[in-house]
Amino acid sequence: MKVSMRINGEQVSADIDETQLLAHFLRDNLNLTGTHIGCDTSQCGACVVHLNGRAVKSCTMLAAQADGADVTTIEGVQQNDELHPVQKAFRQHHALQCGFCTPGMIMAAIDIIENTDDLDEHDVREQLEGNICRCTGYQNIIAAILSAAKEMRG
Amino acid sequence: MSGTGIGARIERTEDKRFITGNGRYTDDINLPGQVYACFVRSPHAHAKITDIDVKEALALEGVVKIFTGKDMEADGLGGLICGWMVTSKDGEPMKAGEHPPLASECVRYVGDCVAVVIGESREVARLGAEAVSVSYEELDAVVEPAQAQNQNAPKVHDGIDKNLCFHWQLGDKDATDAAFDKAAHVTRLDIVNNRLIPNAIEPRAALGDYNPGSGDYTLYTTSQNPHVERLVLSAFVGIAPEHKLRVVSPDVGGGFGSKIFVYAEETACLWAAGKIRRPVKWTAERSESFLADAHGRDHVTHAELALDSDGRFLALRAHTVANLGAYLSTFSSSVPTYLYGTLLSGQYDIGAIHVEVEGVYTHTAPVDAYRGAGRPEATFVVERLVECAARETNKDPVELRKKNFITKFPHQTPVILNYDIGDYNACINRAVEMIDYKGFDERRKGSQTKGKLRGIGFSTYIEACGLAPSSAAGSLGAGVGLWESAEVRVNPTGNVEVLTGAHSHGQGHETSFAQLVSERLTIPIEDITIVHGDTASVQFGMGTYGSRSAAVGMSAIDGALDKVIAKAKRIAAHILEVQPDDIELADAAFRIKGTNKFIPWGELALNAYTAHKFSTDEIEPGLKETTFYDPTNFTFPAGCHICELEVDTQTGCVEIVDYVAVDDFGTIINPMIVEGQVHGGILQGIGQALLENGIYDVESGQLVTGSYMDYTMPRAHDAPPLRLDFTKTPAPSNPLGIKGCGEAGAIAAPAAVLNALTSAIGHEGISMPATPAKVWRSIQT
Amino acid sequence: MYPFTYHKASSIEQAQALLDVSNDSKLLAGGQTLIPTLKQHLASPGTLVDIGKIESLRFIRVEKANVVIGAATPHAQVANDKNLVQKIPALASLVGKIGDPHVRNVGTIGGSVANNDPAADYPAACLALGATIRTDKRSISADDFFTGLFETALVEQEIIVEVAFPVPALAAYEKFPNPASRYALVGVFVAQVEAGVRVAVTGAGANGVFRMTEMESALVNDWSADALEGILPSVDSLLSDLHGAADYRAHLINVMAKRAIAQTC
Repeated sequence: MKVSMRINGEQVSADIDETQLLAHFLRDNLNLTGTHIGCDTSQCGACVVHLNGRAVKSCTMLAAQADGADVTTIEGVQQNDELHPVQKAFRQHHALQCGFCTPGMIMAAIDIIENTDDLDEHDVREQLEGNICRCTGYQNIIAAILSAAKEMRG
Repeated sequence: MSGTGIGARIERTEDKRFITGNGRYTDDINLPGQVYACFVRSPHAHAKITDIDVKEALALEGVVKIFTGKDMEADGLGGLICGWMVTSKDGEPMKAGEHPPLASECVRYVGDCVAVVIGESREVARLGAEAVSVSYEELDAVVEPAQAQNQNAPKVHDGIDKNLCFHWQLGDKDATDAAFDKAAHVTRLDIVNNRLIPNAIEPRAALGDYNPGSGDYTLYTTSQNPHVERLVLSAFVGIAPEHKLRVVSPDVGGGFGSKIFVYAEETACLWAAGKIRRPVKWTAERSESFLADAHGRDHVTHAELALDSDGRFLALRAHTVANLGAYLSTFSSSVPTYLYGTLLSGQYDIGAIHVEVEGVYTHTAPVDAYRGAGRPEATFVVERLVECAARETNKDPVELRKKNFITKFPHQTPVILNYDIGDYNACINRAVEMIDYKGFDERRKGSQTKGKLRGIGFSTYIEACGLAPSSAAGSLGAGVGLWESAEVRVNPTGNVEVLTGAHSHGQGHETSFAQLVSERLTIPIEDITIVHGDTASVQFGMGTYGSRSAAVGMSAIDGALDKVIAKAKRIAAHILEVQPDDIELADAAFRIKGTNKFIPWGELALNAYTAHKFSTDEIEPGLKETTFYDPTNFTFPAGCHICELEVDTQTGCVEIVDYVAVDDFGTIINPMIVEGQVHGGILQGIGQALLENGIYDVESGQLVTGSYMDYTMPRAHDAPPLRLDFTKTPAPSNPLGIKGCGEAGAIAAPAAVLNALTSAIGHEGISMPATPAKVWRSIQT
Repeated sequence: MYPFTYHKASSIEQAQALLDVSNDSKLLAGGQTLIPTLKQHLASPGTLVDIGKIESLRFIRVEKANVVIGAATPHAQVANDKNLVQKIPALASLVGKIGDPHVRNVGTIGGSVANNDPAADYPAACLALGATIRTDKRSISADDFFTGLFETALVEQEIIVEVAFPVPALAAYEKFPNPASRYALVGVFVAQVEAGVRVAVTGAGANGVFRMTEMESALVNDWSADALEGILPSVDSLLSDLHGAADYRAHLINVMAKRAIAQTC
């Protein structure tokens, strides 16, 4: 079937298998390999992208379901050469080690910051329920998100 | 030194690619003509394979080829090996069962590979695998080591009596028994160290490639040690000679031990690529990772500690049954033996120790090294015993520890190791101060008024890292050397490439290794690249595990830097017409000491390659040096972790309200990276203590906790805020004084948490993981 | 996934027509349960009819003494809806605990209710508030709707259009999540509605969501946590698994019910 969507600001049309997952569409067809797949039960969150501005698990959505949508992946977060404040904060706070969960974490973090008022540490911990990291113990991820939130809100 | 050398808290150079989605992991790599592999796995824990019918599967459109174990055997391939020979106490070598990559006669655990289906797409390969019809004759299975040891238990491997791979011992039994005979008090504990499933978030993956023109094979795979992978696949499995096989470990998304080993899947992909002459890719589904990654821990132990009337530890003895799973994985035999028994002295001066370990096969996934590997198990035994002894003898757990700490170094323990340096009092004193131990009773009362139980628990752990020297490891049964290699290449333009045999899969070597180089060569860190993970560019190396990379790998780099600097000084001396001893390297220039005459670093590098200004009879052109570094001893990181927690008596929920860790890792290169390693390790330890458990159904042998629906991965809200500090006694066994930090958290935390929990609930009868349901049940009267 | 044909419906009528085309078709709303099921090869529908994009099914409106939620409304929208937060804060809070934020951005009430997972949260709210599930064919009371594990009163090709929740005088939900899956190990929803006091339990019942009538009777006279002292369901009616044996779940039902009541006092 034919799908078309906007991905990282660019219109993309493709002929795809109806069973194809959005995550595979991004990785296999578009070479956007920053979106990762870490589990098969929709829990790890390595595959999180933004669909129409909200964080979704691209391994739990058909590419067909995203037809007509506006999709942002980790590759589209950076504006020109300027890192997103969340990307910068992840680096400053050493919020990543192996880097595999990181794209999903960053996409989740941006959504958390943009959609939660008065973010505190407890909120961040609760809102990260859908993202698993095996390396960091989350401590620096939480510090990075709180710091980025502060920065983004001026 | 500028702000990028040893001790500098700098941002990681590798992060840029990871935070922008430009990491390059194995599954991100695709080759022209690539096909996909899907494995047919055993649904039974134990069965005879009576027939494999592939007709229907082969008829599916897009299925390219199907291979079974018989095909691999017919090609003369060997089985997977275990690289550490353990000898039983009767002098018999361990009994290793055959481990074919694809089982052809018998399957021995749920998930054992039976066939591989190659298809034009992931989905076709999977449909093909479903269509392969395997006829099994089901046999009784055994998943618990205690039952596996019965004479009548089902046998995992023919001819191995009672499923016993080895019955190993260490220490002086007579001296230990004699000490127990005169003890004033004996503390006894039965301990289960729960099975863990590693769960690096990147699933294992492999992409095998073959060039029929040259006969060259390439394997891209998620390995912590590509050279060892290549050695095994060449020398033992026999797919290709070593010089015709290149193994590349690109970015690897976490390992924690589970990616050290050589597995069936990458073996089959590489071999199949040669057979069908197309690149073959496999990426594990998470459910496959649960079934077929090597698991960790899984010990059952009875342990005893003998004390005199003054509270001094006289002796320790332990009997452990270790579940090895169905096959010996690459280093599995070393984990419950030399990486476990040797650590049973803890931080204490104990006169006599005796440990016996029975390594037992069961119909479960192989068990091998997982973060800490033997040392968490040892620490848990020692620290639970010590905490219980304090309670039983009404002594303060801190004072009892201090009374028995080793304070004079070097210290020869009764279990092989010779501790070279440490200051255990410094760690515990600082940790006790940080957690405000004095204020605990008040805090406990505060919790009581909220209807909660509060507890505090200590863990003063020690570990042995950077396993060494190679000759010693060899005498204990290691099949490999445990040195590390390094090559420092100064390019003509003055920038530097450092090739290391260590491998980074999250540890940040590209930054911390470069910090050492920046410090030693006095050049900017931007001018330094760390190259790792490719057998085509890096000379033989041993990879990364056992917290060895900084202590051993960086020491190798340091040695190569010595040689580079020495040669550069000789060249500089020629050009400046002085003696090499008159030259010093500072601020990126070679300078005649006490003068203003110098050659900038870049100019020297260029001169080394133009070779115009010195005689090549005296000095070879170029500036590149290599080192193979073998340490003189292990390193001994140690520390004190204290956990304080509250128990909700109504639900059994445990909340860690404070956790402090004071660690002595010797020299620290980048404190930010080291703190990150400790954070992650501690949460894995907390996961073991409270959340994670690999459970097999006793009747069916099925893995019950086979997904994130049932295996509890620590999430952000499970993680307490951690407070860290460090003390420092530099390791004397390597030039940099580094001890290693990768596993400390996972080693220390389980005992700290369980000691706190048992302090809260007032009895010792609870095992890991202390889930809410288990805690609730344990406090019902 | 096994092969299937995908159709996107833009109206209920079109969805109905698409369902009529084949007899092995399945509705897809958010897909947060269905897609993982398909990925694991646990279902093989020939056709998927996507009703997730039907605009007329995405709404939350106040209708007399009810708040009505369109079947394709994602959880995140429900949890943050100002009217709902004001009228039935307990329901908004429950919805804010379903799955994780990413799942809540996609998963829908219609999908959740139709699936009737024994550990799902929505069924507890439906049952405790005495909700009405309105389909393209009829209205079904929650009491009649949830008929067993993953079983509902829906017939073949029946489409949930909306769910109407009566606004309660008082209500609260307490959830004890399964430590691994984060679904409810036990979830208890208590409510005072026009029909009386209702207590519904999810996560624990061997036949799915159920009402604790004994608790309801006790609370009619005395709306307090103390009134629930000692009231436990029979363990025979409860699920038992590695995360919680039936007796632990029974105990937790009592604890969660008390905590829910305490929230309202």
